[in-house]
Amino acid sequence: MADKILKKLYIEVWRQNNAKAKGKFETYTIENISTGTSFLEMLDILNNDLIEKGVDPIAFDHDCREGICGTCSLYINGRPHGPDSAVTTCQLHMRKFKDGDTITIEPWRAKAFPVIKDLVVNRSAFEQILQAGGFVSVNTGGVPDGNAILISHEDAEESMDAASCIGCGACVAACKNSSAMLFVSAKVSHLAKLPQGKVEAKARARNMVAKMDELGFGGCTNTQACEAECPKSISISNIARLNREYLSARFSE
Amino acid sequence: MQNLDSKIPAGPLAEKWSKHKAAIRVVSPANKRKLEVIVVGTGLGGASAAASLAELGYNVKAFCYQDSPRRAHSIAAQGGINAAKNYQNDNDSVYRLFYDTIKGGDYRAREANVYRLAEVSPNIIDQCVAQGVPFAREYGGLLDNRSFGGVLVSRTFYARGQTGQQLLLGAYQALNRQIAKGNVKMYTRHEMLDVVLIGGKARGIIARDLITGEIKRFGAHAVVVATGGYGNVFFLSTNAMGSNGSAAWQCYRKGAMFANPCFVQIHPTCIPVHGDQQSKLTLMSESLRNDGRVWVPKKKEDAQKLREGKIGPNDIAEEDRDFYLERRYPSYGNLVPRDVASRAAKERCDAGYGVNSEGKAVYLDFKYAIERLGRNVIEERYGNLFQMYEKITDQDPYKVPMQIYPAIHYSMGGTWVDYNLMTTVQGLYSIGEANFSDHGANRLGASALMQGLADGYFILPYTIGDYLAGEIMTPKTDINAPEFVEAEKKVTERIEKLFHIKGTKTVDYYHKKLGNIMWDFVGMSRNEEGLKKAIVMIRELREEFWKDVKVPGELNNLNPELEKAGRLADFFDIGELMALDALDRNESCGGHFREESVTEDGEALRNDEKYTYVSVWEHQGEGKEPVLHKEPLIFENIKLSQRSYK
Repeated sequence: MADKILKKLYIEVWRQNNAKAKGKFETYTIENISTGTSFLEMLDILNNDLIEKGVDPIAFDHDCREGICGTCSLYINGRPHGPDSAVTTCQLHMRKFKDGDTITIEPWRAKAFPVIKDLVVNRSAFEQILQAGGFVSVNTGGVPDGNAILISHEDAEESMDAASCIGCGACVAACKNSSAMLFVSAKVSHLAKLPQGKVEAKARARNMVAKMDELGFGGCTNTQACEAECPKSISISNIARLNREYLSARFSE
Repeated sequence: MQNLDSKIPAGPLAEKWSKHKAAIRVVSPANKRKLEVIVVGTGLGGASAAASLAELGYNVKAFCYQDSPRRAHSIAAQGGINAAKNYQNDNDSVYRLFYDTIKGGDYRAREANVYRLAEVSPNIIDQCVAQGVPFAREYGGLLDNRSFGGVLVSRTFYARGQTGQQLLLGAYQALNRQIAKGNVKMYTRHEMLDVVLIGGKARGIIARDLITGEIKRFGAHAVVVATGGYGNVFFLSTNAMGSNGSAAWQCYRKGAMFANPCFVQIHPTCIPVHGDQQSKLTLMSESLRNDGRVWVPKKKEDAQKLREGKIGPNDIAEEDRDFYLERRYPSYGNLVPRDVASRAAKERCDAGYGVNSEGKAVYLDFKYAIERLGRNVIEERYGNLFQMYEKITDQDPYKVPMQIYPAIHYSMGGTWVDYNLMTTVQGLYSIGEANFSDHGANRLGASALMQGLADGYFILPYTIGDYLAGEIMTPKTDINAPEFVEAEKKVTERIEKLFHIKGTKTVDYYHKKLGNIMWDFVGMSRNEEGLKKAIVMIRELREEFWKDVKVPGELNNLNPELEKAGRLADFFDIGELMALDALDRNESCGGHFREESVTEDGEALRNDEKYTYVSVWEHQGEGKEPVLHKEPLIFENIKLSQRSYK
């Protein structure tokens, strides 16, 4: 586990002052970064350098720094969340890079995710899709005992696999069509696999897909890039389930 | 002095909540439509409260600084949620959960509040299941349970190592449903910067739109603060980077008293600090102590070789391993409460048995569990945690024991509230980690999720009705009232002041310095001399910060450094109050360990005669010493005893 020092790195990063401004790449150098440092800690160090030099620091989204909140994004060297598998950017460590590397950092690029500043994008389209039906319509109180609803171990596990989605948007960023199908299908599967969610499964699939289309996300052409880049390894089999729910909803109309 | 009436209902413990609910007022559906409630924060407490209040018919405005309510730090809670369901037939009960929580909190919490928490806990599980939370299931389809520290029963419900995530997504789904219906107006990327009082009552907030920098006013009939804890005062903690104590601190400045600020929890199983470039610490769930065994070498020379990297942990023979928790606490073993486990780890490392290069780590070993249960069982239980560990440390915990060390994790202290969860300001409520009420001096594992959801789903929606019933004739709050104008002006002035200092040092520079002072003198082990020193150091550093901090960027644009500077400015004040409180409490209890108060064998020693009270601090104005009030803790049902896990 012995950490090494990366003596010099070149950071090529997208700078854009606000949603309306024109963006461009700027390159900065950074020195003496430990391989045990996380990618975002590297950016913290770079930002502190920039502030001391009187340069506006790079804005990027982040919060929990343990791979679960879904806040961090970053398109690093052409890959959402960078060159490691099944991690978010905050879990990416500098040991994945070599001394002297040039690292290119861009925001998520998708019509439905406009840039707010630098590497920060607006993902509120995801919120709107979930508000269109990503829930079970129960109020607080008046529900049956937790053990009154039997759920097989396998169904609970499969539901949990889909429910692990952190809503980061990597699937959209990875997709050449900027499709949100993996995100939508994860929520639809999470709930459709459980008896509690089955009641509204069809309407849920229909409404969420309609909202997704309305918000300017592209269609799915099965390239599987989303699954490959998903930090939580959400399977594209969820998309097949979504398609089944959706078609069955359309047929029953 | 303000009123410190805890409003605990009279009568037998088990009947207090029922009787209270029967006695308090309710608001008619027609009147609920006319009333507005602001909820700040969208973690388990905030999201569940906002959704439940909206379902009842109130008009809710909800706020979070993140870009989505789903990203609140409750999402990161791993291990589970407690509930007194007794599904395992192991003689669990509401009373046992109540008793464990009071004892775990080292007898510094209110009996009535804790009993109520235990009483509503089974409802939480039912609610979450109905929402579609995919809790772990047995093969027969029933809910599964695991054990947690400080208890002898299995009452913890879980969804792999992502229980907080799944519970928050459940509450978030309920919130989304109400947003879609128009009952909740959601303001993301908005940060509360002040609470506005009119005629002594909370009537709204001032918030900054983090994208445009615009300072906005929002009015309501009541304000609920659900903004979590202040652990980031230590810079390095398991909290999210944005977690902060500012909303609670603004309430304090406006008259909401602050309780037990020195009670913070140090979690025993975090990935150890490495180097000086680190920004945060990562927790490894307490649930791991169900199956992992904690040890260090018995021989100092082995520890030395481990530190130098000459040997690995698997080179150390079975008989040369010191399973110190099992040795010191045979009845609870590896499942002692967090404060006990943390101190024991520190004790071994301070004695020279630490195992990483900095001598500040112990092992958490799964070899034995893998031998007993098989790798696939361990993978199913903790797979995501093992993956997380491997990504951070580049070591495979299935083969090499994890290295762990204590880190700041949770704030038991917080805004003082009465039984109704109302602060000392009328119409201002505080729920979840933001309040002080249920965990005493130490929180048991899997109880934070329980408390956040108990407050939001099942307590606040009832108790706030009692207050709002008196407000049905109050018209919509006028945000052009002079109180709003004045509050906005002060907020703007403070931001501009910070921004225009244009000094030489970054916000992080000061935050790290403050964190070091806090960890060294107000951390795991405290004494009078150190605390007095810390107070002086914090004051000096704060002065320097206000003269020499450098905030770049623009006022009217997304500016993370400006956000951080504002939060840090409050952390100085919070840190100072923590030290003052720790100085007053010359006893060791729960997470608060005073070196002056120990037993002969080095265990924490409480002093019930002098300190069986809640320390309640009242703000006296900027630069003035706060006043300490004491709310006596009265135990009618539980006999206080020195906590023993032996």
